[in-house]
Amino acid sequence: MSLPARVVTLLVAFLAVAAGAAFLVVHYFLASPSTVAFGSGVMPNTGATVHVVMQEDPQNTVSTHPDWVSYFIQDPKTGQWQHTTIFSVPAGSKIDMTIYGYDGCTPLRNPYFGYVTGTIGGYANVDGKPTKSINSWSGCNVGHTFSIPSINLNIPMATPSLTANLCGTSPCTSGPHRTLTFSFMTPRKAGTYFWQCRVPCGGGFVDGFGGPMQTLGFMTGNMEVVS
Amino acid sequence: MAASPTEATRPAEPTGPNHGLRIFLIWLPVAVVAELLIWLVLGPHLPPGNLTDQAHSQQFDILMLFVLAAPVMIFVLTFFGYSLVAFRQREGDDEDGPPIHGHTGIQATWITGTAVIVLFLAAFGTYELAWPGMAGAGAGEGPSAIWTPKGGTPLQIQVIGQQWRFTYRYPQYGGFETTALYLPVDQPVQFNVTSLDVIHSFWAYQLGVKADANPGVNNIAFVTAKNTGKFVVRCNELCGLWHGAMTNGGTVVSQAAFQAWATKTEAQLASVTAQLPPYSLVYDPTVIPEINKAMAKAGIAGANGYYYPPNDPAQP
Repeated sequence: MSLPARVVTLLVAFLAVAAGAAFLVVHYFLASPSTVAFGSGVMPNTGATVHVVMQEDPQNTVSTHPDWVSYFIQDPKTGQWQHTTIFSVPAGSKIDMTIYGYDGCTPLRNPYFGYVTGTIGGYANVDGKPTKSINSWSGCNVGHTFSIPSINLNIPMATPSLTANLCGTSPCTSGPHRTLTFSFMTPRKAGTYFWQCRVPCGGGFVDGFGGPMQTLGFMTGNMEVVS
Repeated sequence: MAASPTEATRPAEPTGPNHGLRIFLIWLPVAVVAELLIWLVLGPHLPPGNLTDQAHSQQFDILMLFVLAAPVMIFVLTFFGYSLVAFRQREGDDEDGPPIHGHTGIQATWITGTAVIVLFLAAFGTYELAWPGMAGAGAGEGPSAIWTPKGGTPLQIQVIGQQWRFTYRYPQYGGFETTALYLPVDQPVQFNVTSLDVIHSFWAYQLGVKADANPGVNNIAFVTAKNTGKFVVRCNELCGLWHGAMTNGGTVVSQAAFQAWATKTEAQLASVTAQLPPYSLVYDPTVIPEINKAMAKAGIAGANGYYYPPNDPAQP
């Protein structure tokens, strides 16, 4: 083989390996769910109201983990449900949040988190009824929670009836569900505020807290507060 | 009388300045100044601060290590610097260095000095593990505390770790649970630290308290706050995706303010407390009797009181 051919072969081989490594890094290590932006055009720190709509499903048939429970976020511009758990909101704004709860119950590991904290008024509306806490043990009435620890926000998600035939295709558009609405203020300081579900709903993983519980895009995510 | 052959062949001891004395005279004032600066200037600012007796004791321990280590370090650096200047090879000097024989006095002094320092630190460290007040220095002592504070009943605060938040129960106030951590000043506090899932570690930095939170285990640590102020709690055991965000703040307040807060919170959270399991030093959240009823009602069997059937959760 001539010298130029050897050089070209070596160069091609090197580029192939480099491209493979870059693909791995980008595709697996840097991959992140998309961010749904709310409140575009809203001036931060004015207390303006921003509406955020989410749903939690018993499965996720749009991903490679169809048996993982998952949240979805509704894009305010298109009305389409996005398979992501990352959303951005303006700083110092009032968030009116609606979450549709399509999943069934799993008792909380710590029933304390059946207690609503951090909302305006200290309550959440379950199908329009103001509620301050839901007992997840006695009646198995909690499916998931929406919790942002750094602002002490915690909302237990009420569930459909135990005998209900749950929605089987994500994102759910029909089927038995509960509707939770609540309001809270975003911090005045811009930053990333993680949120999580506190119900150990990662079945098949240690303590029920692996898989979807520790993967962005399923049962945990980020609230990006922008100013 | 003629000299013996051995004495005749031994090379003469090198003559010249007394390097040992020179090094000592350089080292001594530098070490004295460094000790004064460490003790008087650096000492009050060393971590973890002065908020509690335990933190103050740890600060003193670190100061003691500085005070002991500084002269040794300065001696090493002085010797190093002096050697660079005094023992460097001059231009045109191709001779070997002088033969050096062991010096019994120096060796004995070195061995004795380092042995004294190490043995002192062993005794000092052992003593400080119990101090202050023979209450365990803020460390987790396990379920049966070896050292307990004297005088009065400590305020009991249960620390519950769970992915990814610490919560706190106050059994002497009806067992209410909250995410806020308040302590009274000048009163011994007994932390009962446990976990509901994986291993966490309760690290209240400015309090000088660090105790592992193990599921099914009660780990006791004591602290007595000597000043009012705020402190930070962090998890110090890698516990999953949001371990780095498992943090919250706490406050040391006056005894009157604490009493008012605890009484008010107990009343406010009465309905929530009623939903909690009875106060216990440990909890087994994998077995929830009520879930059987709920699951049976839904026609689901197989979990036998656990979240998932016995073969689940399994290792992924």
